[in-house]
Amino acid sequence: MLRIDRATYDAIVAHAKRDHPDEACGIVAGPEGSDRPERMVEMVNAAGSPTFYEFDSTELLALYKQMWANDEEPVVVYHSHTATEAYPSRTDIGLAQEPGAHYVLVSTREHGNNDGPVEFRSYKIVDGEVTEEEVDVVEALPPEERVTP
Amino acid sequence: MSVEVRIPTILRTYTGGEKAVTGEGANLSALIDDLEANHPGIKERLVEPKDAGPDLRRFVNVYVNDEDVRFLGGLDAELSDGDQVVVLPAVAGG
Repeated sequence: MLRIDRATYDAIVAHAKRDHPDEACGIVAGPEGSDRPERMVEMVNAAGSPTFYEFDSTELLALYKQMWANDEEPVVVYHSHTATEAYPSRTDIGLAQEPGAHYVLVSTREHGNNDGPVEFRSYKIVDGEVTEEEVDVVEALPPEERVTP
Repeated sequence: MSVEVRIPTILRTYTGGEKAVTGEGANLSALIDDLEANHPGIKERLVEPKDAGPDLRRFVNVYVNDEDVRFLGGLDAELSDGDQVVVLPAVAGG
């Protein structure tokens, strides 16, 4: 299950609507091992395309270096589909290389840049296997449980 | 002469879970051969045969001292003692 706070959910949807008809993409980082999507980072779609997305390689390195410095990892990797359903394409499955991440797909095919509901779905993609999971949108993430040794 | 190589999550099965390993080589191609000797299977994940000979896989990014090796000659990119090499899978899809 993906548990995500309302503000981050809304920000991902807003990004997808803004970039329509091109695909929008980004990540939500969180503390390593926490499964908490806490820090959203919008990325430029270097492909600038309605059917493909790719993080710019220089920005990708900068993003990961920042996450390493913060002891973070990509908890959510999101992108939009602008003409098809919010389900991973064959390309998405073939290129998914973050086995720990929740892959979020947003489809803007219904309303494009305009207001209106969107499909927002989440998947695990591991070794070419896609497993859809429930999305639990909460007002705020619960306080982090600190394990004291 | 050794360089540190940062290994992404998806390739840590080849490094016993290590986030970084050290390797040797005067250029990236030699470094990858050295990594392969110690972490069998990793080369195939980084390099693929192409018409003009082996090349980096399209959706794997390798950086030397923060520079994408595609701008440094790809597999021929030269390495020096103490260089930092980072391997990152592309984040991409359709």
